[in-house]
Amino acid sequence: MSDAPVNLFEQQARNRRQTTLWMAAFIGFFAWLGFGGDLAMYFATLDKAGVSHHPVPWLGIAVTLVGAVVTWHAFRKGPQSVLWASGAKEIVTPQTAEERQLVNVVEEMAIAASLPRPKVYVIDDPDPNAFATGHGPADACIAATSGLIATLNREELQAVVGHEMGHVRNLDVRLMTTIAALVGFVVLMSDGLGRTFRSGILGGRSRSRSGGAGGAIAIVILVLWMISLILAPLIVRLMAMAVSRNREYLADATGAELTRNPGALASALQKIDAAPAATKAIKRSAAHLCITDPLGRAVNAKEGGLANFFGTHPPMTMRITRLKGMAFQAAKAGAVTPA
Amino acid sequence: MFILPVIVAVVLVLWLVGAYNGLVALKNQTMNAWKQIDVQLKRRHDLIPNLVNTVKGSMEFEKDTLDAVINARSKAMQGGSVGQTAAAEAQLTAATGKLFAVMEAYPDLKSSANVRSLQEELASTENKISFARQAYNDMATNYNTRQMQFPTNMVAGIAKASPAELWEITDDKEREVVNVDLSLGKKPPA
Repeated sequence: MSDAPVNLFEQQARNRRQTTLWMAAFIGFFAWLGFGGDLAMYFATLDKAGVSHHPVPWLGIAVTLVGAVVTWHAFRKGPQSVLWASGAKEIVTPQTAEERQLVNVVEEMAIAASLPRPKVYVIDDPDPNAFATGHGPADACIAATSGLIATLNREELQAVVGHEMGHVRNLDVRLMTTIAALVGFVVLMSDGLGRTFRSGILGGRSRSRSGGAGGAIAIVILVLWMISLILAPLIVRLMAMAVSRNREYLADATGAELTRNPGALASALQKIDAAPAATKAIKRSAAHLCITDPLGRAVNAKEGGLANFFGTHPPMTMRITRLKGMAFQAAKAGAVTPA
Repeated sequence: MFILPVIVAVVLVLWLVGAYNGLVALKNQTMNAWKQIDVQLKRRHDLIPNLVNTVKGSMEFEKDTLDAVINARSKAMQGGSVGQTAAAEAQLTAATGKLFAVMEAYPDLKSSANVRSLQEELASTENKISFARQAYNDMATNYNTRQMQFPTNMVAGIAKASPAELWEITDDKEREVVNVDLSLGKKPPA
């Protein structure tokens, strides 16, 4: 999967394809949540003459319209709100030597990737971490914590920024922003609709008086509908995590390709891993964007089993091992450029 | 049947247009990649006098080192072909590298915020040059390969495509070895 040699264009095409697939899957899911509810209502309101009192699928239409507007808005504003939520401040004109260095390093990596320079943000947090967000290379943003800048030397900082630039170049940022917007809406829907219907049913307003075949179908659909409504947030989160996990190895490889210095990223990851605390400033909603899991969850520490489902990142030791392998091969081939 | 020749002709023309445009696009991208290097080279040429002037007062005994930097800079600014520029810039890199090494012996220089920020700027500019060079070489190799590959090579003449020169890394050590070999009147090893 991530072991296959993937070139840039294949990866970009794969990300575009996946973005489309995700959109399609979610549209289908929204349709089910909306029109499925209508279907249940249709059968539930069948009277003796076989005429339904719910002829217009207003629930489906409403969910589709609201969904389109909310997710589009979330997609447009996603990167901004992620940056805002983590308290990131843009460096417009660097004030300190550290900020100058960070901006320089980002410029260097943008040149290596032949992309416009992303906006640079700093998060005031002592734990070393970094993430990239945006809709694509044109409006990408790279944020680093003050802890990252303080902990790493120049080469390691460059390697981390190279990793983030990899996410930008591979169009991971667009896919992740899309998924975040869609996941957000599913959670919202599940919460809102679930609450409405639970109170509706428990309040005894359900029209079960129709009876017969229509009533039975209505109950089956309703049960399926409720189950998917309850499970939806969990399932989409798991899917989002899987997408994120697969992309980390690749961003590591892209970063190493940009810096031609895989060893620096390995030692940067080691230093980041050794930092004890969780990154408090970065919320759960942005966890999948970071270079390392900001919540410091144990589930990301090992390969296999549960970690394959619940981790947003591959295990740190595996990433470091792979990078060291790359560094060894580069040294053997004499391909390391003098830094 | 008229249809078949017409289809063949249309496909051929479409391919011709595509191949021609592809080559032109690659040529422009290669030229653009070269300009990216150029921007960074200019930046370095602008930064060096600042650095030299800042450290001059404290480093009077190192006049040779400073002169080497200044000379290498003026040589590098003359420009020329890709190969000439590459060689001159490599010399400049070596000269500034030596200057940085010598500066390590001056604690007051090392602790000066001004010198440190200049040093960071120069180091970053040198990184940018090497990353821009990397991007240029990749792009130029793409362009050169496309020109030579069949059947695009038949369009190369019409598109006025000619192989782009790569920016070779001329290592300091290699050059020294070559110099020694020349002074002994022998041919350098291939």
